[in-house]
Order: sequence, then C-alpha cells, then structure tokens
Amino acid sequence: MSAISQNAAIDEGRVAQNAQGTVIRAVGLSKRYGNSVALDHASFDVPAGHIVGLIGPNGAGKTTALKAILGLTDFEGDLSVLGLDPRKQRPALMQQVCFIADVATLPRWISVREAIDFVAGVHPRFDRAKCERFLARTKLQPEQRVKQMSKGMIVQLHLAIVMAIDARLLVLDEPTLGLDILYRKQFYQSLLEDYFDENKTILVTTHQVEEIEHILTDLMFIRDGKVVLDTPMEALGGRFAEVMVNADRVEAARALKPIDERQVFGKSILLFDGVPRARLEELGEVRRPTVADLFVATMKGTYA
Amino acid sequence: MNALSKSTFAWLLKREYWESKRGFLWAPFWAAAVLVIITVLGMIAGEVLNARNSDTHVQMGMSLDDLLKSAVAHDIGQVVHGLDASMTAVAILVAIVLSFVLFFYLLGALYDDRRDRSLLFWKSLPVSDTATVISKAVAAMIVAPLIAIVIALAGYLALQVVVSFWLMFHGVNPFPVLWAHIEPFNLWLHLLATIPVNAIWALPTVGWLLFCSAAARSKPFLWAVMIPVIAGVLNLWIGLLGAPHIDNSFYWRHLFGGALLGLIPGGWIAPNLRDMHPVDQGNIVQSVLGFDSMVRALAMPEMWIGAVAGVALIAAAIWFRRWRDEA
Repeated sequence: MSAISQNAAIDEGRVAQNAQGTVIRAVGLSKRYGNSVALDHASFDVPAGHIVGLIGPNGAGKTTALKAILGLTDFEGDLSVLGLDPRKQRPALMQQVCFIADVATLPRWISVREAIDFVAGVHPRFDRAKCERFLARTKLQPEQRVKQMSKGMIVQLHLAIVMAIDARLLVLDEPTLGLDILYRKQFYQSLLEDYFDENKTILVTTHQVEEIEHILTDLMFIRDGKVVLDTPMEALGGRFAEVMVNADRVEAARALKPIDERQVFGKSILLFDGVPRARLEELGEVRRPTVADLFVATMKGTYA
Repeated sequence: MNALSKSTFAWLLKREYWESKRGFLWAPFWAAAVLVIITVLGMIAGEVLNARNSDTHVQMGMSLDDLLKSAVAHDIGQVVHGLDASMTAVAILVAIVLSFVLFFYLLGALYDDRRDRSLLFWKSLPVSDTATVISKAVAAMIVAPLIAIVIALAGYLALQVVVSFWLMFHGVNPFPVLWAHIEPFNLWLHLLATIPVNAIWALPTVGWLLFCSAAARSKPFLWAVMIPVIAGVLNLWIGLLGAPHIDNSFYWRHLFGGALLGLIPGGWIAPNLRDMHPVDQGNIVQSVLGFDSMVRALAMPEMWIGAVAGVALIAAAIWFRRWRDEA
C-alpha cells in the first residue's frame, strides 16, 4: 500500500470512528480564571448516540467545560469534538453542534419570522418546514417578538429552531431554569420524541436532576473542576446501593465504608459504592439510590 | 468567497438592518420629513401673514420670496441655486442624524449582545466572528448611508413637490421653471460616489468604536470617549512640562478626530477645502461634492494612514469577539 492510500485509509477509519464512536474526547482539560480553578485536568469521553448528564454544584466547572467544547473559551489540554478542534475550527464545528445556553438568550428585538429567516439563511442543515411544524404546536405567532414572550415561550421557539437543525451534538446548559413544570416536562418530552435518535448525542447540565434522571443514558458528576463520577445509568444500580439499616446493625454497616449516611425515622440510610449486593442484603432493605441522593452524597462539603 | 458565505454575509447585513431599523431607516426618515413639514408650515404661515400684511418676508433656508420672484421672472439660475440650497439642507440634516445613529450603533454593535447574553445564540450558528464583525462595519459604512441617501433624495423630491404646489398657487407653472431643471440623477450619482470616500474616511472611527464595543467589559461609551480625551490632556500636560510629546493640534485633529469624528459625512471636505478654488456659492453640491474634490480627498495621505489604522482596530475587535470570555 502506498503512503498516500494508507493515509486515506487512516482518515477514513477516523471518520468512521467519529460517526459512531466518540463525539467528545477530553484529556487533561484545565482552565483557570485568575486564582480560581474552573477545570482541573478533567478527562472524559462522550459516546455517540448517548444522552449525558453533566451534573455539579454551582461553580464546579460545568459551564466552563461546555464553553470549551463549544469553542467559546481557551483552555489547556486536549479536546476533540466530532474530530475537530473547537479552538481552531469553530465555524465548521457549529454546523454539526447546536446549543441552548440558558433560557432567554434569544435577542429580545427579533421576531419569530426573522429568527427563522436568519437561521435558514446561515445554517445549511436547518429544515424550515420542520421548524414550522414544531411551531404550529405552540401559540407563537410569526410577527411576535421575543421581548413580548414569556420565558417558556422563548424556550419553545429556541427548541423549535434547534430541533430543526440536523446536528450531531446538542449541548444544553440549564435549558429549563426558571420554567414552570409544564414547560419543563414538555421540553424534555419533545427532545425525546421528536429529536433524539441513535445519530444524535445530547450533553445536558441542569440542577433539576430528578426531571432528567429517566432520560439520561450516562451520568457525569463534576466537582471542583474534576470529573468525580462517570458511569452509564444502567451500571448505576449495580455499583451503588442504599441500605436502610436498623440501629443495632449500624456499626456492622459502617465497617463496609459507606460513602454517605443519613437518618430517617430512627433508621439509618447508608449509601455504598461497589459493595456486593449480597453483603448489603444481610444488613437491611436494599434499594437503588436516586441520582439526587447520589449527588448530595458525592458533593457533601462543597459549599462548606 | 463561495456562494454559501456570500449569502451568509447578505443575511448578516439583513440582520443588522432588522436590529437597527429605527436608526438606519426611521431616524433619517423623520429628519427629512420634519424638514418638509416645517417648509409646508412656513409656507402656510407666510401666505396667511401676507394676506394680513403684505410686507412680511418669509425666510425658510431658502428665501421663498426671492424664489418666487426668480420663478416669476423665469430667472432659471436663481431657481436652481435655491433648489441646490434646499437639497443641501436636506442632505446635511440627514447626514448629521445618521452620524449620531452610527456612532451609537457601532458602540453597541459588539457590546449589547454580550450584555443581554444573546451573544450565545449568535455564536451557536455556523458564522465566523470575522464575518460578524465585518458585517457590522459594512452595515455602518455602506448599508446605512445608502438608505440615508435614498431618504435624502426622497425628501428633496418631496420638497420640490411642495414648492411646485406653492408656485401653482401663485399662478406660476412649476414645470418649465422647476422640473425641467432639477437633476436628481446627477445628484444621486454624486451622493452615491461619496459613500466609498466617506467609508474610507470613517474607517479609523469605525475601527475604534468597534474595538471599544468588543473589548470593554462595561460602558463602551465611556472608554471610547474618555481614552482619547485623557490621552489628549496628558499629552498637553507633558508638553507643558517640556517633555517630548505629540504636537497638540496634530493630536486633536488627526488622532482624536480620527478616533471619534470620522463618522461625520464629508469630514474629508474640510481639510480638502484649503486647496480648493473658491467654493462656487451658486453650485455647492457640484463644487464641494464634485468628483475632482473626491479625487483630491483620496490623494491625501492622512486618508490612507487612517484607513490602515481602522483596519488594524477592526482586526483587534475580531480577536476580542472571538476570545473575550465573560466568566
């Protein structure tokens, strides 16, 4: 094989891998603002076709990580998004990546019609008919301006635009903050029913863990700029377990080094990581912890 | 540039127009409209006062009585002179309004969307920061002046219509005296030709304002104005102490003026006037905005030194637009 065709084969292989394999690969991502460390050698992979929740307390580095992925900030370390370098190839990257950063980032002066016209004009992968179909389900009118809309309506418009773009990666940063529960439910339901498929990948950060728990395929906890947990959801139940222990067995349970302990109705609830289920069942009633419980246990002392 | 990015750029310009319609379209429109309305009111007042007391003299930028006398006497030269003056009045008013609009437009162009965070929406689209920043400069230097010229021309024609009715009211047929002698297309051509000259002249100011707009964490207006003012005062002070400094009149005229005053359309006329033959009072538009006057302006080295500085500042603005990170 000549050197040229060999290179071509390698390139093809990389493209194929990108199509199905890893969408984001971050190795040793670091970023500091003055004296505070936003990202501290964070490393993680986001596989294609997954919905990954990036969860962390305020100031843990979530938004910085997303900004690095979107090419909005400089950083140290290696980061490849869809095989591109977000620092150098941002415009090319943005053809394949969409993001909703926060509610209400649409410009206040723009009307529904102008927003659609503009995105249709500049985005080669935008499907206008699809967007109009999504909007037909809402009360939004073409001449309505963003400044006349409620937060929930702004998100409906933004979501309709984003879902009509055939992108491979969708990044959501607190997309439902400040919305009422009807809009929040509708938001995630639309994403699952009308948008997500095996060719798309979603990376989402939120504080409302309970609401997205059931749609995530992967869970990532970030604390003080480090990724402290990175696991598929289906592995969660095998790895973590919560046991409700009577007072007489608490000492025995504590010997197994729980990662968290709390009291409910005179009983102790202990959270274990990687202790065989059979051992735990001897101590009391075992159940799968919620992501919220896990989060609280992992992040204990963050604000102290 | 391929077809795709060309259409992207057209959309970027359209976007700027949508956002700044009030400044680009309605501000010059009302400036011209107010002038026309004032003329009409003045004419009515003149007629009413004349009916009461035949000795009132109404002066409206152009003297209506003189115009009427010339028109009745078929003194074409005087009529054309009056019309020229009226066109100049409309153009100057629209130009002044436009320069204010553009000053604030450019100061907000790369700042307002950072403040309200809509920057995150614009940056979620596959548009380079270079294209975005250049679209804002082009909107200010080409798109807005084009709209303003169309409005100035429309205002001028509206004024002619008003004067026509008034002449008819006085029993003068306006067609041989008025309409046979106005040359809107000649005028239009001259005004159009000023756009590139104004644009090159304005480049250092456009660059400075965009730079402040992209770089300032807050209050771009204060930065944009205070830096040149403080630098000028410091320069003056250093000069008073006898230390090496920039010549003060040079500083205020070229550096301060280049940074802040370049948007005043026709700013290149003033330095140009020194070497101009006595201005033909009867034909202001033709002589001041004449093509040879523009060619002379383009031959001034300060024109091109300023343009280079402006391009450098725009490049710096692009860098800030790309990397400015509000943590």
